[in-house]
Amino acid sequence: MIDDLPLWLSILVSVLVVGGALLTMAGCFGMVRLQNFYLRIHAPTMGTSMGGGLILLASAIYFTITRDRLIVHEMIIFLFVTVTTPVTLMLLARATLFRDRIEGNDGVPKRINGDQQ
Amino acid sequence: MKRLFPHPLLAVILLILWLILQQSAGLGHILLGGVIAILASLAASLIIPEPLIVRRPLKVLQLIVVAGLDIVRSNIAVMLILFSPRPQPTAAFIEMPLKLTNTFGLAVLACLITATPGSAWLEYDRERSTVLIHVFDLVDADEWVETIKNRYESLLMEIFQ
Repeated sequence: MIDDLPLWLSILVSVLVVGGALLTMAGCFGMVRLQNFYLRIHAPTMGTSMGGGLILLASAIYFTITRDRLIVHEMIIFLFVTVTTPVTLMLLARATLFRDRIEGNDGVPKRINGDQQ
Repeated sequence: MKRLFPHPLLAVILLILWLILQQSAGLGHILLGGVIAILASLAASLIIPEPLIVRRPLKVLQLIVVAGLDIVRSNIAVMLILFSPRPQPTAAFIEMPLKLTNTFGLAVLACLITATPGSAWLEYDRERSTVLIHVFDLVDADEWVETIKNRYESLLMEIFQ
């Protein structure tokens, strides 16, 4: 079945998979290269949004065509990842904000009607 | 009826997700999925007391398209910065006032802002109705806030409030 894959399908799926992988890789590089925590939280969202999205789209297209029926359950993965990312991100970011405020570090916005000062 | 179906929309969405996961719309799957959806929506009603009402269903499609385009655009923008030899983004915190107060609207906005690589939703203050957002590469703070307000907040207010 793999041998007689139409050329356009191979190209389309490869472009999507490589594109998604490239974006996810850019995000991973960002984790290493960026300077502080608040910058680093932006990098992995590339993998969870478009990077992962392109790979899932490639999977959906490939299996829809080779199995001759509509396969869209990849979209559920995308939905769940998108819905759950903010929860983890907020937990991490607010913990860091709290710590920075307690330690009085620079460059962090203070609470206006602060209950911690 | 109200007590058996506290969140009818949630139950329907769960049933659809179940059927997509099973990749079948057979009667057995619909019955089992339906029972699971109803039980799950009953459990959810304990932690989500307010009703979920979508006033303008067509606007949801518009929101998906607008957000999708935004995610693609900001992915490319952030990737270009990350692949540059010395990434020096001008990051900043923004305190944004919100008119949107609906719980579900806020949840959707948080998901969208976080899913967009250039911005992260950090802290929502219900008393002052503001949200603290960290932006990866900020050019103009006022313009950025205006864009979010016009593009998402007004749309979400039409849908949920």
